[in-house]
Amino acid sequence: MHIFEFTRPADSAAAINAAAQSKTAQQGADVRFLCGGTTLIDLMKLNVETPTRVLDINRLPLDKIEDTPDGGLKIGATVRNSDLANEEKVQRNYSVLSQAILSGASGQIRNMATTAGNLLQRTRCVYFRDTAMPCNKREPGAGCSAITGSNRTMAILGTSDHCIATNPSDMCVAMAALEAVIHVQGPKGTRAIPIGDFHLLPGDTPPRETVLEPGDLITHVTLPPPIIGSRQVYLKLRDRASYEFALASAAVVMSVVGENISYIRIALGGVGTKPWRSPEAESTLTGKPANAANFRQAAEAALRNAKPQSENKFKIELAKRCLAHALQTAANA
Amino acid sequence: MATIHVNHSASSGVFEAGQAENPADEIAVPITLRINDKEHSLRIDPRTTLLDCIREAVELTGTKKGCDHGQCGACTVHVNGRRVLSCLSLALLHDDEDITTVEGLGTPEAMHPMQAAFLACDAYQCGYCTSGQIMSAVALLSEPCGSDDVAVKELMSGNICRCGAYANIVAAIQQVRKRA
Repeated sequence: MHIFEFTRPADSAAAINAAAQSKTAQQGADVRFLCGGTTLIDLMKLNVETPTRVLDINRLPLDKIEDTPDGGLKIGATVRNSDLANEEKVQRNYSVLSQAILSGASGQIRNMATTAGNLLQRTRCVYFRDTAMPCNKREPGAGCSAITGSNRTMAILGTSDHCIATNPSDMCVAMAALEAVIHVQGPKGTRAIPIGDFHLLPGDTPPRETVLEPGDLITHVTLPPPIIGSRQVYLKLRDRASYEFALASAAVVMSVVGENISYIRIALGGVGTKPWRSPEAESTLTGKPANAANFRQAAEAALRNAKPQSENKFKIELAKRCLAHALQTAANA
Repeated sequence: MATIHVNHSASSGVFEAGQAENPADEIAVPITLRINDKEHSLRIDPRTTLLDCIREAVELTGTKKGCDHGQCGACTVHVNGRRVLSCLSLALLHDDEDITTVEGLGTPEAMHPMQAAFLACDAYQCGYCTSGQIMSAVALLSEPCGSDDVAVKELMSGNICRCGAYANIVAAIQQVRKRA
């Protein structure tokens, strides 16, 4: 681990001012906010992240879950994943979020990991994590070792010729289906970013994973008012039953009136280079009967543009079945 | 002749080979940690993980280093009553917090009920993961957890046992929960 200067900013303004000195807020940032540490400390040990300044934001007052005036929910940046998943309002009104968080990591890690940290969770790509191997995300132009290497767990949606790394988050997939909004305070003021616009596709700039700029501090996430009566399911498929990242996952928020689907939001995990909302799947289902044939059609639509690598063609059918099963489970709920 | 420290562990707080004698003194920072109700005033390299600080600086070696990357759970301790992975946290984050290690749970003469249950149920073989298992299991007692074995297995999945003592670990935890 490289040496760094450790400070604890007194308030958000001081944290933002200090972080604004960084050349980038993306891969290789020289100033980093530190909260739970479950991603950052790990990557600092691997010398994948080498900040010269580390700002401890654990004690900033960003740890509350509160109602919003419009009937939604405001989730502070430093709320721990376990507290969010076990919050009564989340379990009642946004259960897909609770299910997603509890399907990920372990009890210890969920006690440490935070809302903002999970939004910025880094890929588990083995080549990204190994500085001995070429990786365009760490070193633009170095080449992608995964495309010609071990790529069974890599992405099949949103990939480019430069990077096929999977976004590993479960929380973000549920938040995509819930249409969460990410609130950022930066040197130029505050802004609200819909989660669909927050993460970026790798394209030809894989180090750039989000729209965050130097000094940008995620302060909280808001969820819109709950869809009353909706059925919510998070289904995660993986190599072992617990404590493992998704090979494919699906978040579904569905309302059915009579026999027909009146409201549907779908996002996929484990298959995309970012948390993968699927408007294609949603549009095939809106107004249609909630039945197995339509669910399969939605799954076909969601994976239509999938591009497999040498070892992960199986993910296409796995993701389709995952989504169809999640939709059926929601319909039966 | 200057002593050369070889960095065996990237997070150990020990300087790289080839540095001057005691170079760590220049970057060491003061911290007071409260571990098992006892204050420890230390000077540490900012990079020191909570795990290395507990083991190397405070010399409480009941907490174990397994993977050192948050994948095995051997380093589990409690911070303010909640279980965390000490290998993925910096010691500097934890001033003014209550840290509990396995040494703070009980003594050989007066074991914590969970320690006694692990002994009674033969819930270990080599013992390397055991302190992490016990720290996780004690914290689980105050977490939302269903009554059946499946729920316990799910919430204990962050603690790996290479010997495969899982069945007896679950039995020990259930024994304590049923008596509570």
